[in-house]
Amino acid sequence: MLEIKNLHARIAEDGTEIIRGLNLTVKAGEVAAIMGPNGSGKSTLSYILAGREDYEVTEGDILFNGESILEMDPAERAAKGIFLAFQYPMEIPGVATMEFLKVALNSQRKQRGEEPLKVADLLARVKKAAGELQMDMGMLKRPLNVGFSGGEKKRAEILQMKLLEPKLCVLDETDSGLDIDALKIVADGVNALRSPDRAMVVITHYQRLLDYIVPDSVHVLYKGQVVKSGDKTLAHTLEAEGYAGVLGEAA
Amino acid sequence: MAVNMNAAPKLTPAETALVEAFAEKVADLPGDPGMMLLRDRAVETIRAGLPTRRVESWHYTDLRRLLTDVPAAHAAVTAKATAPLVAGSTVVLATAGAAGKLPKVDGARIERLATQLLAGELTERLAPKGADDAVGAINAAFVADGVSVTIEPEVVLAAPVELQNIHVGGQVHGRLSVSVGQGAKAIFVERQTGAGAALVSSVAELEVADEAEATWIIVQEQPETTTHLAQLNATIGKNAKLTVFLMNTGGRLVRQELRIVAAGENCEFTLRGVNLLTGSTHTDVTMVLDHAAFGATSTEIIRNVVLGKAQGVFQGQIRVAREAQKTDAKMACNTLLLSDEGEFSIKPELEIFADDVACGHGATVAEIDRNHLFYLMARGIPEKEARGLLVKAFLAEVIEELGDEALVEPLEARLDAWFGANG
Ligand SMILES: Nc1ncnc2c1ncn2[C@@H]1O[C@H](COP(=O)(O)OP(=O)(O)OP(=O)(O)O)[C@@H](O)[C@H]1O
Ligand SMILES: [Mg+2]
Repeated sequence: MLEIKNLHARIAEDGTEIIRGLNLTVKAGEVAAIMGPNGSGKSTLSYILAGREDYEVTEGDILFNGESILEMDPAERAAKGIFLAFQYPMEIPGVATMEFLKVALNSQRKQRGEEPLKVADLLARVKKAAGELQMDMGMLKRPLNVGFSGGEKKRAEILQMKLLEPKLCVLDETDSGLDIDALKIVADGVNALRSPDRAMVVITHYQRLLDYIVPDSVHVLYKGQVVKSGDKTLAHTLEAEGYAGVLGEAA
Repeated sequence: MAVNMNAAPKLTPAETALVEAFAEKVADLPGDPGMMLLRDRAVETIRAGLPTRRVESWHYTDLRRLLTDVPAAHAAVTAKATAPLVAGSTVVLATAGAAGKLPKVDGARIERLATQLLAGELTERLAPKGADDAVGAINAAFVADGVSVTIEPEVVLAAPVELQNIHVGGQVHGRLSVSVGQGAKAIFVERQTGAGAALVSSVAELEVADEAEATWIIVQEQPETTTHLAQLNATIGKNAKLTVFLMNTGGRLVRQELRIVAAGENCEFTLRGVNLLTGSTHTDVTMVLDHAAFGATSTEIIRNVVLGKAQGVFQGQIRVAREAQKTDAKMACNTLLLSDEGEFSIKPELEIFADDVACGHGATVAEIDRNHLFYLMARGIPEKEARGLLVKAFLAEVIEELGDEALVEPLEARLDAWFGANG
């Protein structure tokens, strides 16, 4: 489903290379975990997948279902089914959450040639998803993410993911900022979306999340490259030995 | 050969048109000798020259240069009332400056101004407020009618009163005179619109008596062929509240002056404004707020969106008198500049003579936040719509501060209508 081939990318503004020849393949139905030290380029990779303009791809390609997405803008990628749950979801004053959900859902439907959702239908879907994530509907009347606690923001991201039903879910440290109960709720939400035709890239620092969302593969990102891949046991090794141990062995 | 050394500067075509229109109309203008003298003086100030950028209060709006032409004065033509902003409002229509049929409202008196003008009862109030008061002078010279609304004390009006000033081109001069009695409560909508090339001057006087509460909403949606020169003069009494909401979405050359006097102790003034500017238009909002009494609170937030080659101006002057201790005044002006060719000038000014006050102002000029744009697009919202959503959000924030859904919703609908036509 996702093939990243020899990807090189730099910060558009100052030309600093962050991603330096990264290769990664994630198949439909697969859950791939990405781990790596702070500053290794994990969030950058997620932004590049989503199409953020701050980064420039200088070499390599990203194929989504066999098609290069490099020329697509973020909205086109989203309509194709790529979803990024942000490490730091943004607060957008003045845009009511409910209105945003409606516009987002219907924009994607429109780009795919589907009919817009009826208000009642939309409301029912939102209610159901919010209930599963134990979110208060009152929150959705507020401006998007404004004044939400760290944990509430992360839940709101997963709420959007459930509603938009993407094909490729990229979760950037969705576990950070969540208490233990919330982690479980969010992980259940993510697991409920696991399906043979959906792939997930789960970026995390902690084994704990991977106890709930059990990955099919684990990849270690270091200085803009995937330097080591393995199955779920790799995460345990990392937890036990730290990056120094594992990377020392890789080098 | 005699050379006239004192020759006045050559009149601009606009000045000429005004002076000629006056000569043509003066015989029909209502007024006692005192009023007619005031009109003569007002015309003399026009003949002496409209204000230029050298006049401080007109620095960013050189009226003499910008007012390039004034259409011929039409006889009054009847126009139809437009649907009120808030459904169920009492609509008072003035067409081309002349009051139409006057509705009856319990607890209020609604009258036409022509009779009072004729009797000279308004002369004092019509006098221009200073040498630089070009809007007041033009209005005083020509105004022939208008509407007065008096809300009796302690009356709470159930529905807003919408004062519609609708023109069908030509020179149009209107006047509104409104008083809200002690302890009364009322919402007014000043609706400025029309069709065709026009010069509109519209001056409103508003008196909010002690303990009263008034909301004054100006919706200015003039066509791009209209020059709109307007003024709101308001006085706020003791413990009274006045909220002014201003929405400028039209006009080719617009000057909206707000002259507010916080006259009574512990009164409250709130100004919220949105200016949506596009094309080659020029829009100037100039506020002079006098804090004249102890303990009054005021907040002003103006939000601007600038597209095309539009030029915008906000001048906000707050003057705090010596006796106005414990004044709390805050002013902010935020602009979204969406085009390289557009411009917005801001001039805040605080003149404080009291020592125990909290006064502040802030201004920002920004573009659309790229991070916000990315977030919305990453959810599948195409760029154009995402931008629209963010621009609307920027404006909706101040509209929503009105708190009253009955006002917020229709105002946001006007925004949507504007974006539909200009987005
Ligand atoms: N827009 C940017 N401007 C400047 N530096 C950037 C930018 N984006 C990324 N970087 C730098 O690139 C490097 C990789 O950052 P990135 O956020 O991708 O790391 P990360 O692996 O997600 O780290 P963490 O685990 O702390 O979230 C860091 O050194 C960061 O400072
Ligand atoms: Mg990160």
